[in-house]
This record gives sequence, C-alpha cells and structure tokens, in this order.
Amino acid sequence: MGDKVLMKGNEAIAEAAIKAGCRYFFGYPITPQSELPAYLARKFPEVGGVFLQAESEVAAINMVYGAAGAGARVLTSSSSPGVSLKAEGISYMAGAELPAVIINIMRGGPGLGSIQPSQSDYFQATKGMAHGDFRLCVLAPSSVQEAVDLTMEAFEIADRYRNPVMIVGDGMIGQMMEPVEFKKEVDPEKLPQKEWATDGAKGREKNVITSLFLDPADLEKHNWKLKGKYDRMEENEVRYETYNLDDVDTVIVAYGTTARIAISAIELAAEEGIKVGLIRPISLYPFPYDIIKKTAADVKNFLAVEMSTGQMVEDVRLAVEGQKPVYFYGRPGGMVPSPEEIVEKVKKIGGGSR
Amino acid sequence: MKLIAGYPDSLTDKPFHYCPGCTHGIIHRLVAEVIDELEIKEETIGIAPVGCSVLAYEYFDFDMQEAAHGRAPAIATGIKRVHPDKVVFTYQGDGDLASIGTAEIVHAANRGEKITTIFVNNAIYGMTGGQMAPTSLLEQKTTTSPFGRDKNKEGYPIKMSEMLTELDGSSYIARVSVHDPKHIRQAKRAIKKAFNTQINGEGFAMVEVLSTCPTNWGLNPLAAIEWLKENMISTYPLGDLKSSGEVD
Repeated sequence: MGDKVLMKGNEAIAEAAIKAGCRYFFGYPITPQSELPAYLARKFPEVGGVFLQAESEVAAINMVYGAAGAGARVLTSSSSPGVSLKAEGISYMAGAELPAVIINIMRGGPGLGSIQPSQSDYFQATKGMAHGDFRLCVLAPSSVQEAVDLTMEAFEIADRYRNPVMIVGDGMIGQMMEPVEFKKEVDPEKLPQKEWATDGAKGREKNVITSLFLDPADLEKHNWKLKGKYDRMEENEVRYETYNLDDVDTVIVAYGTTARIAISAIELAAEEGIKVGLIRPISLYPFPYDIIKKTAADVKNFLAVEMSTGQMVEDVRLAVEGQKPVYFYGRPGGMVPSPEEIVEKVKKIGGGSR
Repeated sequence: MKLIAGYPDSLTDKPFHYCPGCTHGIIHRLVAEVIDELEIKEETIGIAPVGCSVLAYEYFDFDMQEAAHGRAPAIATGIKRVHPDKVVFTYQGDGDLASIGTAEIVHAANRGEKITTIFVNNAIYGMTGGQMAPTSLLEQKTTTSPFGRDKNKEGYPIKMSEMLTELDGSSYIARVSVHDPKHIRQAKRAIKKAFNTQINGEGFAMVEVLSTCPTNWGLNPLAAIEWLKENMISTYPLGDLKSSGEVD
C-alpha cells in the first residue's frame, strides 16, 4: 500500500473492491468490462473470496441480492445492455434496502449499440433505472485513481444507506492504464455486523428481506422512509470538482472522461484568450445543483458536454433555473468529442470573449 | 406422556391466507416439521417466490428473503455462497420455477448448488387468476386456454423434475403428492431427504409436490383432490426420480 502501480481501469476497480473488504462477486461477461471479472476470478481465491459467473445478468443481480441480504459486501459489474437486464433486481434491492456496488462501464446504445465508450446511460442511472420510486447513489470517476477511490467509498455509502450504489465509467475509464495508489485496506472480518441480515435466526427474532408491502398505507410509509434516505444523500453525498471558475464567460459541465477532454479544451481556449471554466459532477445522483446555480450569477452561459445526445444537460438546466442560457455539445454512439470541437462550440455560443 | 404431534415451532401463528382446499398449507407444515425435526430452525434461510406463496415469509418462523418472480434459486445461490454452513431452501410454484425462472433453476441445479427446492406444481397460475401454466395438462381449461391446452399451440406440460435429473449437479430429485395421508407421509420423507442431501454437502435437491387449486380449477376441495389423483399423476409420475442413495 502507498506504492503506485500501473493498472487498467477495470482491474483497478476490481482490486479496489478487494481492498474495500468485498469478497463476493456475481456477474456475466460483457464488453468492455471483461477484465474486471477476470481479475477477481484470479485474485479472489487468494483472499478467500467467492467469484461466480452467473448464467445471465438477471441471475447475477439476484445472487447479489441474496448475498447482500445475507450480510455480505458484494459487487457486480456490467455494461449498458447488461445493466438493463439487472434493472429488475436493482429495483428489488432498493425496495428491500440492500447495499451493493454495481459497476457500469457504459457503451453506446440503444439496443446492442456498440462496444465503444459512451455516457448514454445517464438517465437510466440517475432517473429511471427501473420500476418504482427509488434512487441509486451514482458516482462517475474521471481517472483510474478516482475509480479506485470511489469504488472503495461506494461500499461505505451502500452500507451507510442500505442502498445500491452505482459507479458509472465509460469504456475509456475501464480500458485505460494509469498509475494508482490504494490508500487503505479493509479487513472484511472487522466490518460491523448487519443486524438486519438473514444469516440464521440464532438467539434473535427472525429477519425478513422483502420489497413487498401489500397494504398501501405500509408501502406509502416505506416510500417516505426511502425518500428520507435520498434526502440525506442529497445533503451529504454531493461530490463535484471545479476548475478555472474565476472570471470566465462560459462554464462547461461534464463528467467522467468527457471532463478530462473539457480541461484540454479549456487550455486550448485559453491560448486564444477565451475564458472557460469547468464544473465536474462526481456524484451524478445526488447531482451538484447548488454549485451550478451559484455559478450562474457570474458567467454568460453554460455548455454541457456529454458522450450522448443530451441527458445530463437537463439537470444543468434545472440547476441554472433559466438564469443563463444552457447549451449542449455531444458525441453519441461511441464517438468521443475532441478538445477542438468543444472550443468551436464555445466560440459558437458566444460565451468566450477574446 | 410423550408428545407425538403439535404445532410446528418453525411456523408462526399467523393464519394462512390460502383458499379452502388448497394444499399449500399442508406443504408449509411439512417443511416446518422437517426443519423442526432436523433442529435446523436457527440455521435455515428460506426464499419465498412470487405467486400464491409470496407471503410464505410471514408463516415460516425463521430468516426469509422474498424473491423477484422466478429468481429464488439465484438468491439462494448468493446466500449459500456467503453462508455455506447454513441451510438454504427455495419454495416456488410452477409459474415461478417452470416458466419465468426456468434458467435460474436449471443453472442452480447444474452448478450443484447445495440448496433445497420445494416446487409446488398445481398446473395453473393461482394468484393472478387461473392462467395456463407451463405445467397445465393437455386439454386443461384455464382463463388463457379457454378451449383447453392445445399441444399444437401451447406445447406440452413441462416435466421439470425429469429435466433436472439429467444434470450432473442434481443429487436428489423426487416427485410427491399431498392428496391423501399416505402420500403426505411420503412427501414428508422426500422433503426430509432433500434437506439431508444439502446438510450432507451433496448437490442440488428438489421435491416437486403435486398440489391442488380448487379455486382456479373450478372444483370444490374434494373434487380437486380427485382431479389431482385422476389427471395429474399420470402426466407427472410419483417417486424418487434421482437419488444418490446416501441419505434417507
């Protein structure tokens, strides 16, 4: 620990799960996240972990449900089409208040789409994962190091709220290699006991894990209880980073890999005397509305940049509340925007002053 | 004086919600008695399905998880992998296990998961109001096969137990019925054997229990028992279909 090692994003996330004290993985193969399960299949035996390749994503997420309900720290990973299949199980987990970490290394869609990097699952992850009134905590790293740190934190957040947490990366985060450091190591034996878990009712009343509340008054109560958790998340789990916000005309809002490209664009623009800053949401839910709203007073306009046809831009508009124009630039389908394209767009919306 | 019968410890005192003449209550009781006799109540985690027995977790007095439709064997797999020393069982109906959950049961059995499955087959969807099940008999009338199940349109009654015997991972597969006291006793023996198969660390064990649905069959409870005896057993023969012979 403490030493920097060069790792591929997918493998680094897997190692971060081990370091977070996770010893259970259930998943189904899909590109571009395949290195993650392969890493755990190799490494888990060394630390007494259980790796199981399920017959489908549907089965995998329900194995996660069972293991989480049995009190374990548990991980699954997939990519966009696979996450759609897991959606049913994720809804049940939110309803039954089960903690787990779900990795989505997003690829282009809809349907089978492509296997290239994309950010087209923003709506799914933050708004409409599946049926029912629930939220996931959604974290979006923009470097391999941040993917490691957020994965470790995700397990803590999941346990804190008894709610699934999703890490969304695009194929780029999963595939690129960067030096990383694992800052701590959690001993799974020393994790606090989960009193609500189903691990055999010895010397206590039975525990039941369920998302069924037949009496509407009970379900309403349960829904408000869940809402209370999401409110606490909105209070405590907002994460973002700002870059170059002083005295700028345009603020780019971008997350994940796109935010790194945006920084290159900002530097490129600066060479031409165009003043651009960046707000990078790290938590997509809860979304950092406040900092965007606050910034609106001091800038001419906002530009949301995404690898999609425009999803997060809706949250940027909600945050700005009409104070300033909000523009969008996106490359969907597995295409990646270039810094030059972004600078062109900044010029076009007229926010940058020379 | 020795107590030879009583209310099982492993059942709560909540009255069953099942229809008059439905055999779920008998099967719940058999499972509870077996768990009591094996003294594993504090070691057992059950998984309830979606279907008429969705509320099984209110009746069994030990740790329970409620599954999404058909997914109980996957959930059982997750629990058992975390707690290999505990006893894990699923309780599933025919829509749950033989239709929407076919993949999950087949692969749990094929992996030789050391879990026990109680598969209640009453040849119809009960909770949703009497639709055709994959186990419905040929010519059986249901709300979605109003002219009778036609093999040319809806295929054949699926024989899950026979299918699962073919998998190397399954250790004990039996089909029983609960239409009379003699068969109820046989059913209990099979259920006990299925739990012992798991406790002994062998592979997957399943007991298919032929059951009645008077409400959706449109019969009174006695006529339903007769209908099961006369019609179901010829399609679904009873007995141990696969047994390692190592446990009773």
